[in-house]
Amino acid sequence: MIRLRQVKKMYGNFAAVHGLDLHIRRGELFGLLGPNGAGKTTTMRMIAGIVAPSGGTVEVGGIDIFREPMRAKAMLGFIPDRPFVYDKLTGAEFLRFNAGLYGQEGPKVESLIDELLDLFELSRWKDELTESYSHGMRQKLIISGAFVHRPEVIVVDEPMVGLDPKSARLLKILFRRFVERGGTVLMSTHTLEIVEGFCDRVGIIRQGELAACGTMDELRQDAASAGAGLEELFLRLTGEHVEPDLDAIIG
Amino acid sequence: MPSSVDSRREPGVFHILRPKLLSARARFRTNSDRAPRGRNVVLGLTALVALGAAFVIAFRLVSYFKNVPEIGSLLAGKLLGVAFLAFMSILLLSNLVAALSTFFLAHDLDLLVAAPLDWGRFYLAKLGETVVHSSWMVALLSVPLLAAYMIVWDGGWMFPVVAISALVPLFVIPGVIGSAVTLLLVNIFPARRARDLLGLVTILAAGGLVLLLRLVQPEQLARPEGFASLVDFISVLRTPSHPLLPSEWASSMLMNWLTRIADPLPILLLWTTAGAFVVIGAALHRRLYVAGFAKAQEGRNEGVRSGPMGWIGRHSLGWLRVTTREFVLKDIRIFFRDSTQWSQLILLAVLIAVYLFNIRALPLFTGEQVPVFLVTLIAFLNQGLAGFVIAAVAARFVFPAISLEGRQLWLLRSSPLDPRAMLRSKYWVGMVPLIILALILTVTTNSILRASGFMMAVSVGTVLAYTLAVGGLALGTGTLYPQYDTENAAQIPTSFGGLIFMLLAIALLAAVIVLEAVPVTSYLRARQSRAEWSPSVFDVAAFVAAGACCIAATWIPIRLAAARLDELET
Repeated sequence: MIRLRQVKKMYGNFAAVHGLDLHIRRGELFGLLGPNGAGKTTTMRMIAGIVAPSGGTVEVGGIDIFREPMRAKAMLGFIPDRPFVYDKLTGAEFLRFNAGLYGQEGPKVESLIDELLDLFELSRWKDELTESYSHGMRQKLIISGAFVHRPEVIVVDEPMVGLDPKSARLLKILFRRFVERGGTVLMSTHTLEIVEGFCDRVGIIRQGELAACGTMDELRQDAASAGAGLEELFLRLTGEHVEPDLDAIIG
Repeated sequence: MPSSVDSRREPGVFHILRPKLLSARARFRTNSDRAPRGRNVVLGLTALVALGAAFVIAFRLVSYFKNVPEIGSLLAGKLLGVAFLAFMSILLLSNLVAALSTFFLAHDLDLLVAAPLDWGRFYLAKLGETVVHSSWMVALLSVPLLAAYMIVWDGGWMFPVVAISALVPLFVIPGVIGSAVTLLLVNIFPARRARDLLGLVTILAAGGLVLLLRLVQPEQLARPEGFASLVDFISVLRTPSHPLLPSEWASSMLMNWLTRIADPLPILLLWTTAGAFVVIGAALHRRLYVAGFAKAQEGRNEGVRSGPMGWIGRHSLGWLRVTTREFVLKDIRIFFRDSTQWSQLILLAVLIAVYLFNIRALPLFTGEQVPVFLVTLIAFLNQGLAGFVIAAVAARFVFPAISLEGRQLWLLRSSPLDPRAMLRSKYWVGMVPLIILALILTVTTNSILRASGFMMAVSVGTVLAYTLAVGGLALGTGTLYPQYDTENAAQIPTSFGGLIFMLLAIALLAAVIVLEAVPVTSYLRARQSRAEWSPSVFDVAAFVAAGACCIAATWIPIRLAAARLDELET
């Protein structure tokens, strides 16, 4: 459903993403992991059609997102890591605008808006300007926005940041149901526990390249670490297994 | 738990301001490194031309006043007093708004308020930041004015020192007043409401000031024949605007220096008052800041109804495609809910009133027969003035359109919204009110001027074509030179791109006026010789060329903007 072939992204002389190949199948919940600055967000933004790759191709549903952006983007719901929304729109107006961007309106959209707001416990604030929303409420609003046009693919960057435990659990259930019904989810996260036991497959990205990719069991085999937890595995695969002298710092 | 540090030293005012200074330096370096050399040259030249023009005007005025026998120094002092009073009024307003940001809404406040900072140093640092933010442009503007005084009155090499010692307290006093008023307002209203309120107060006050200056007609001062006797005139000149105004002390201090009068009172008054104000401001800050800052964290918790506008918009825009309609509705809603945006309409209304008032005040129809030539000429040149007003309004309302999407571009870029559809929607949302404004200005002024049918047709046609072109130019340059990080829409046109837009808009206006001068001159010649006017090939060609300029100025920038949006990465 999502396919990246030899994708490169250069910022001047710096390669943020370097020859990335990735294939995420329909009905799959895929987790992308990596240390800070590994190129996760750049990759997500390229898949969402926000950042153009310097080389290679990005396909969503078999359509090149930069050759036929309208068709490819119509299938996609993107949830960024920072929840910037229009401060002077109410929650309901934001969702209506969001649906409108995908050419959708009418009673079905209105009822879906109500259902989504209700699901994320935002109904009480639906007619208030988003400038008065907390970070978590904004996050829940943009998650609702990604679902309001009934996408086939969800690309989500750091989904749990700012969410309370109840909402985080709800989101996990929502994503799982979404993939069970044939949807595809690609999520990048720092929270290893979310990936472990939740994602069908995991990709670990390091310095703009895919260091490892597979199910948890496959990754353990690759790293020759049978029984190791994801944290241990992650540190091994990203080469960050270093213990600094903490006592000297704490004093 | 071990001791966290060996010894603790209270951070000083400079330490608190250090991140701002370092950021400013980094911004300057990044701009110098990244900006093409042409940009710096254009900016530098424009600033030089503007300051040079201000200097030439000030120099001629001050020289003229100095040469007026007996009352030369009185007139020059009065002029300086009026200028300083205007500066103080502007500073009072800008400090009000700046203080809200620096003391209550800035991003660094969480860090500073959580740190064990001495309240007095915190106040001085934030006051300093507010004053610098609000005053740098006024300080820059005062350079050509004071340079003119220095040269005309032979102020000597010490004059800049004297001028700085007059200006510093003059800038600090409104800074303290602005910060204190903001502090009181934030304690009464939540900061978000206070910002709305302050924006409105500022715009109303600025509008009132412009209207007052226009109605008072200060130019009367330079026309002694308007007074009953010379004694009346001189007594008006001798009387200070108000003996307790710091602007009056500052102008007296400078004029005393220039006319070699030894009087320490003005400088003492200025500095002691500024010192006393800072102490009173600090005391108020100590008493009210913590409560005010806590209140500033509160949001606005009241429902928003879409109201009749939503219903009308939804039904009157029903013919549009859903994507375009939702985009237009979103832009209209945001505009009318953001007081920093809609309140500018009040200022615009005041400026239009002043514009029409000035046209009406022209001594054209005072009973004598006015030559057709004069009326036609004024109506023709009025096109230029109206065009300039339209360009300024487009700079304020159309130019920032794409920049204002800044933080939300992730949403637009990841959706199947065609960038061209977005540009079209932004263009027409800006164009409809701009065309209405242009037509009101042109038709009303031409009616006041009793212009002929030909001139009315030429003016309406020109202003329509020019408005459409200026909209394209504003949207195009606004997309090519975006300011995605600026939250305040009013600041966006003051950027480099805003300058480029104004230069292009003025160049287009000049081209259209020069081209149309050909047929208008031939029309005037025919009218003067009482012959029937029939346009020659040149006349038609000139109209066509003017139209072609406008079409090119509409089309090319929008094409470039669409290409830029296609490549845009956020």
